[in-house]
Amino acid sequence: MNGMARHPRLLSVVAAFIALLLGAIPLPHLIDLIRPDFLLLIVIWFALMMPRIGGLGFAWLSGLILDAVHGVVLGENALTFVVIAYIVQHLHLRMRMFPLLHQTMAVMSLLGIYQFLMFWIDGVTGHPMTLWVRWLPVLTGAICWPLLSGLLGRYSARN
Amino acid sequence: MAVLRQGESRFSPSRLSSLGMRAMILIAMSAALIVADYRGKGLTLVRNGLSMVAWPLQMMVQAPSSLWDDVATTFASRHALFQENAALKKAASAQQLKLLEFDALQQENLRLRTLLASKPTAEPTTHAARILQIEIDRLRQRVLIDQGAQDGVVVGQPVIDATGIVGQTTSVGPLTSEVILLSDPTHAIPVQIQRTGLRTVAIGTGHPQRLSLPYLPRNTDIEVNDVLVSSGLGGVFPAGLPVGRITEVHHDPSQPLALVTVLPAAALDRAQDVLLLTTVPRPESPRPTTPEPKSGGAATAKKR
Repeated sequence: MNGMARHPRLLSVVAAFIALLLGAIPLPHLIDLIRPDFLLLIVIWFALMMPRIGGLGFAWLSGLILDAVHGVVLGENALTFVVIAYIVQHLHLRMRMFPLLHQTMAVMSLLGIYQFLMFWIDGVTGHPMTLWVRWLPVLTGAICWPLLSGLLGRYSARN
Repeated sequence: MAVLRQGESRFSPSRLSSLGMRAMILIAMSAALIVADYRGKGLTLVRNGLSMVAWPLQMMVQAPSSLWDDVATTFASRHALFQENAALKKAASAQQLKLLEFDALQQENLRLRTLLASKPTAEPTTHAARILQIEIDRLRQRVLIDQGAQDGVVVGQPVIDATGIVGQTTSVGPLTSEVILLSDPTHAIPVQIQRTGLRTVAIGTGHPQRLSLPYLPRNTDIEVNDVLVSSGLGGVFPAGLPVGRITEVHHDPSQPLALVTVLPAAALDRAQDVLLLTTVPRPESPRPTTPEPKSGGAATAKKR
């Protein structure tokens, strides 16, 4: 735990890797539909709490690797992750001060923006997915936020 | 960029403008990637590089289930193995019998085709592959298989399992390839209803156990339990492979088209071992050693 706190960059890589794994583990169809976008939550957290480490480059690389793992149009997640990370970095001083519920709401709207951008890019590149279930991870992602932010906060805490 | 700098100068100017600048550059790079990837094939190198990065991750996700398989095989009881062996032997002999019948039929078919002077059908060769237990997209019905360009996989190859058509390959990396399943909402397969010979198109619904036939008029002769096979139109899937069975026909008097639901023949969400078909057109004149190229039956007999 101490090691992680002293090497926040290592923490970011480990967290991103675990998020990628969680996103790729096969689950039954119904549970899969509500699986939150873990990697995006990690990107948001680092852009919010450690903007120097979890900057735009981190977001871009994470998105690119996610694209490669998912086999979707290359650059789709990279673009949306950068947009989200930019918004978070722009507002990070204010967002940090929000009470938890308020912050969760903010994260939920970010997840909504992400889904909307993905929806839009999917449409432009010819894979329109108009099923309503695509919006479910926005909700579950927001539910995961307090847990995730508490967990990462503990690991990154300097004692 | 000067405009951007002006607009953001209320906050600490140097940091924000450089943040905006970096965001712009990265967004432009991603957009260029999207366009390049969508438009052309110029990105195979980048994609292959990235899939090499993704490979260890895929293997890690794969590890628990393959480990479980190994453990299950190692500790399978002797009795269970005997039973399985007996059952397999029984199945094999039954299939052997069927195969003999099939051989005879195939030769007869070939003779008839020669009589009709029509082109013999292509003879597919198969290549085994294993589906990686990895989730790649929630909304799209796609899977990864452990065979890639190095194993001779190409884009657009039909993928089948023991019971029917699974899908086709959509993109091929060096070590893995992506397969779009029949149930993907963007996948359509030309099919034929076996009982009536009617041709139509089966489209995925996004649910692994449901396809739909959206283009059938309400008065079509179609019944529950009718079997669908691939019609061979479109040139991707060979004709006559099982696609599914009709589970539900709904005639809504207010709609011009019937709502027909199909259960895929292949276990799309449970399949593990699949076969990749390579359709090699049968040479027009059989083998150079065959004396008379006219009798197709003799040529097949010689080959066996």
